[in-house]
Amino acid sequence: MTSSEFLALAVDASFVMIMISLVLGFYRIARGPGFGDRVVSLDMLTISIMGFCGLFAILVEDTAFIDVAVVLALIGFLTTLALARFAERRRKRSEDEA
Amino acid sequence: MIDIIAGILVILGGAFSLIAGLGLVRMPDIFTRMHASTKAGVLGSTLIMVAVGLVKEDPGTWARVGVAIFFLLLTAPIAAHMIGRASLDDKHRPRHE
Repeated sequence: MTSSEFLALAVDASFVMIMISLVLGFYRIARGPGFGDRVVSLDMLTISIMGFCGLFAILVEDTAFIDVAVVLALIGFLTTLALARFAERRRKRSEDEA
Repeated sequence: MIDIIAGILVILGGAFSLIAGLGLVRMPDIFTRMHASTKAGVLGSTLIMVAVGLVKEDPGTWARVGVAIFFLLLTAPIAAHMIGRASLDDKHRPRHE
């Protein structure tokens, strides 16, 4: 086995593992049980998809996918931050009503 | 030789992402789930990004890989802290037993 064949095999194996991790993350989003669990799962999915972009950059030999990963990191960060603020405010409001 | 190192990094990165997904499903409450998903997930994606830099080996790619890893390491702890603080109430406390 040459070294480039080993790299191709490693990229394929890693694609499979990241796919399984995405399926597990979607399972946690569907299952819940709370709002926070879903947000944590969404955060993990964003980070896993960044790894997916890196693998795709190796597979098609195009570095444009690294830029996709950078943008995804920023958007995922803002999403998580906004959802966390929303959860905090929602809890405060329900405490005020009680 | 570079390809073999990059291949090992790619496999390790995929394995860490898989561990993050497993931790997300198997852990008992939100704080332990966050512990598994943020730390293992960030390490997995970082290893894959370093492998991309090794395969391409030009300065522009390394710079973009560095920016991606920098943002990952900068934003993941802040996001985890925010979710943890938001979900900490009377019903959801970290278990100490």
